[in-house]
Amino acid sequence: MIKFNNIKKTFRKTEVLKGLNLEIKKGDRIALVGSNGAGKTTMIRCLLGEYTCEGEILVNGRSPRKERELVLKDIGFVPQLPPPLKMPVGQLIEFSASLCDADPKEMIRVSERLGLNFNELKSRPFVKLSGGQKQKLLISIALGREAKILILDEPAANLDPDARHIFFQLLAEKKDKAAMLISSHRLDEVAALVNRVIEMDQGIVILDDCVEDSVELDSVLKSEIRIKREDEAFAKAIKAWRFSSDNGTFWRGQIAGPDRLRFLGVLSRYAAILQDIHMEEQKND
Amino acid sequence: MRHLWLTAWADIIESLRAKWFIVYSSVFGGIVVLLFVFGITESRIMGFTGLTRLLITYIQLTIAILPVFILITTVRSVAGDREAGVFEYLLSLPISLAAWFWGRFLGRFAVVFLPVFLAMIGAVIWTAIKGGDIPWVLFISYTGLLLAVAWCFLGIGMLISSLARSADIAQGLAFMVWLTLLLFLDLILLGIMIREGLPSETAVAISLINPLQVFRTAAMVLFDPQLVILGPSAYVILDRFSETGYIIWAIVYPVSLGTLCAYLGYYLFKKGDLP
Repeated sequence: MIKFNNIKKTFRKTEVLKGLNLEIKKGDRIALVGSNGAGKTTMIRCLLGEYTCEGEILVNGRSPRKERELVLKDIGFVPQLPPPLKMPVGQLIEFSASLCDADPKEMIRVSERLGLNFNELKSRPFVKLSGGQKQKLLISIALGREAKILILDEPAANLDPDARHIFFQLLAEKKDKAAMLISSHRLDEVAALVNRVIEMDQGIVILDDCVEDSVELDSVLKSEIRIKREDEAFAKAIKAWRFSSDNGTFWRGQIAGPDRLRFLGVLSRYAAILQDIHMEEQKND
Repeated sequence: MRHLWLTAWADIIESLRAKWFIVYSSVFGGIVVLLFVFGITESRIMGFTGLTRLLITYIQLTIAILPVFILITTVRSVAGDREAGVFEYLLSLPISLAAWFWGRFLGRFAVVFLPVFLAMIGAVIWTAIKGGDIPWVLFISYTGLLLAVAWCFLGIGMLISSLARSADIAQGLAFMVWLTLLLFLDLILLGIMIREGLPSETAVAISLINPLQVFRTAAMVLFDPQLVILGPSAYVILDRFSETGYIIWAIVYPVSLGTLCAYLGYYLFKKGDLP
């Protein structure tokens, strides 16, 4: 589906990509990880045909630079930093859908599943939305069309737990139809979403491995947490995950399956007061 | 073609909500309002009064500020959009680079030309309401000149935006270009060069290729057909071009220069890294 053949990219005298070779197949859900300066963004921009580079990139046999319209028709992209667009939300949807020959209603439907009230937001400038709202809208534009490749740069960073769960469900619906490239600084953020991990450092791939993907993207974990005593900081943290409690020591809630590692990371900060953790996976209807 | 108009429309909507556009529109609208408030239509200079007097003053002020306004706002917003990630996102959508670049150019042209034009229209409407005479020939000629100068400096601005990778460098470069053109107006460097013995042909050539000078001379030709205020050098212009010929040059040359610069800008944009 996607082939990188000996890709090199130099900015002035700095070589950012040093002969990148990679093949991505349909059904691959790849976590693209690496520290700042590893070359992730440069690689993505080369794939989107935005950067010129040495070597050859082929997307379904086509060059993203020379046949950009045909290639980009199949690619849905969510950037790490939302662009400061001043156009109203409604127009951004219309503009994107029109360029992609997609149905704007489908993009709106995805945005509403993610918790946005489109009618309320449609006349507001995109730049005036909150970070989470911007992220949800960009995800809606990328997922609300028939993209065969999804390139997502830190896509869930600004999403609340409910929206993350819906986002994982949306990815689950796409997983057999599209290849996914999910970029992140931290593997634990995206580990449960993917079946392959590619780590980059200094412009080359230093790890390319398959991972266990038995976690269903749309699963949920019914969870109960008991702590030794009431704790204000713990209460604040657990409420952010939409947990509730009657007495401040026994908390109930549910988390999205792919979020389990992230959730346990949060709990680990309160290990001293944890008394009991119970998590039970159930298929979400 | 549909993508080109979509991009042009999106750029217009973006610009209408930008702070620079509010300042830009306020300046040109404000000039006309101030000219009315200060009773310029009631005053007389070289026999001109009423709307003609206002348009003459308006065009003189426009010569001074329109080019630098267009250059700075174009390069700041285009290069600023690139820095802020607007290019990265919008160019990930399936649109051809030609539709994107020329769509933005046309959208931006509408946005920089319309406030200047609408300010003149406003003056015409107000004069009509007050029952004054409307100098249609002068109005149409000035509209043509403003259109040409806006196109020209927008083209130069788009070229600078493609050359410079950051908004600060682009702004500095735009200011340098404007300053260089300003220095070669007949009142400044060109005057000194003539005094120092510069051949008249060279001085005329410099005047004819400097779009600021071309615009300025054409504006003068329109209200002073004998170019009395320009002195002996007026003979060169009137002998070689005639009044109508010079006005045609003053429209065709800046439009061609702007188109050439914009095309060079497009070529560099297409060949290089986009965001």
